[in-house]
Amino acid sequence: MEFFLSRYRNLSVLVAAILAQLVLLAYQVKTNGDVRLIRVWAVGAVTPMARVIETGRSGVSHFFSDYFVLLGVRDENKRMKTELDRVKMDNQYLRTELSTADRARSLAIFQQHSPSKTVAAHITGNTTGAGAKVVFIDRGSNSGIEPGMAVITPDGIAGKVTKVFSTASMVLLVTDQTFAAGVISQNNRVHGTFKGLGYEGSGKIEHVQNEQKVDQGEWFFTSGDDRIFPKGLPVGEVTTVHQGKTEKDIFVTLSGFRNGLEEVLIIVEGVHAPIPDAPVTNQTVHLMAPPPVDTSAAAPVIQPLQTGPVATDADRTKDQYRKLGEQTGHVYGERSKGAPNYNTPLKAEKSDAKPDKP
Amino acid sequence: MTGFSEGYREPLRKERNSMFNVAVIAGISLLAILFRVYVSRFIPYLQYLELPLLVTVYFSLMWRSPIAGLFFGAAIGLAQDSLSHQPLGMFGIVKTLVGYFAASMSLRVDVGNPVLRLFLGFVFFFFHQLLYWVLANALLGETLAFELPQALVVAMLNAIVAVFLYQLLDRLKVTG
Repeated sequence: MEFFLSRYRNLSVLVAAILAQLVLLAYQVKTNGDVRLIRVWAVGAVTPMARVIETGRSGVSHFFSDYFVLLGVRDENKRMKTELDRVKMDNQYLRTELSTADRARSLAIFQQHSPSKTVAAHITGNTTGAGAKVVFIDRGSNSGIEPGMAVITPDGIAGKVTKVFSTASMVLLVTDQTFAAGVISQNNRVHGTFKGLGYEGSGKIEHVQNEQKVDQGEWFFTSGDDRIFPKGLPVGEVTTVHQGKTEKDIFVTLSGFRNGLEEVLIIVEGVHAPIPDAPVTNQTVHLMAPPPVDTSAAAPVIQPLQTGPVATDADRTKDQYRKLGEQTGHVYGERSKGAPNYNTPLKAEKSDAKPDKP
Repeated sequence: MTGFSEGYREPLRKERNSMFNVAVIAGISLLAILFRVYVSRFIPYLQYLELPLLVTVYFSLMWRSPIAGLFFGAAIGLAQDSLSHQPLGMFGIVKTLVGYFAASMSLRVDVGNPVLRLFLGFVFFFFHQLLYWVLANALLGETLAFELPQALVVAMLNAIVAVFLYQLLDRLKVTG
């Protein structure tokens, strides 16, 4: 044994290192647990540095943009963006409330329910996973964040919290291939499962039978079945629908990533909202009464406006016809009353003119 | 004959082994991981640049010690695992093997040759991606797609970066 270990020392160490890591991996997969200590060390070493770099970068960036390029516009833009995000959230909430019931009932529901309680967070970096769509945010357990909480933007869902540290958390984005969420369609109330495709902006709806009806352009909202996202949050719009073997192939454009992903909201206390109804196509439209018919006989004749001097050939020709009409007493538009042949007098007029000799 | 052989080989090994300051090794490793975490966020194309792997290959090639290479690879890999949402050990196993094979390779070839560095960078990146894909499918049951043309192109890009990066890192060797 000693001979073997000394003879194949390198190989023995390699096998031992691989086996140790395989055991570590098997333990995590089997127990669905985590080796938290190693992660805490690594996150503790990297995220403070990332935050320092981010602070430095944003500081330098803000300095140049604030003082040399935009002066006070940046602050105003930031304030307006925040205000717009808030208004969009309010709007979304009110729209979903109002579209399901009559106004009075919706107002009552609105009064009874307060919107979801959220915590704002800033994305500080990506994780190191190969092909994974996971990001770090600058809020952790100190801010009341817990694993499994939903992460949204004012435009729609963005992801869910997977791991939480004291000052940072890991968020699995909706675009990750392992992400899944329960969804429901707007028009036909078809339930399905949203899954990420691994690239930005798109996703797929699974587990929708071929017999069920889903239209192109239809919206999908969270159904609340997954117990992560509150019901009624927009997910995306259907771009393509195909019949599959047994289930439909449905692809959606995500709404949560429209304006990039810099800042997100973590839902600390979620509030379910109803799915808004489909827009009514035969909606009654208020039309004004038509204007009264002008019956007065002495209505003034509107003459075409002559603005500026005669300039082009067309203007000159038109002027000649106008003079011709005045001479013959013809009113244009009443040809049946013996209007002249306009070409003849014009030619005659031209023939009367003596050409200039060079 | 034996005495001559030992007397000949030992100084050569010592001469060929490269030494680095511990702070330099730790700093470069941390920077490589930080680059993966932070910089790729602002320049998405740079997420294809696998700096932790390139650094693992470099130090393993320079040290010429398979044991040192595999432990360094394991450390970098586990740190990378810690910052991902995957279970710990995926990158650890892959980079352990990369470190071991790179160091074993360095015992037989001249690791200072840029063309060879290009080749090794390409081969080890491709090996890394392929092995990770196999492990993710086999051990975690994930259905990740492996796109061969993309993997080859990215491997070549990483190899080109490796040539310049290694020349830069050569300047950090401890001399004397």
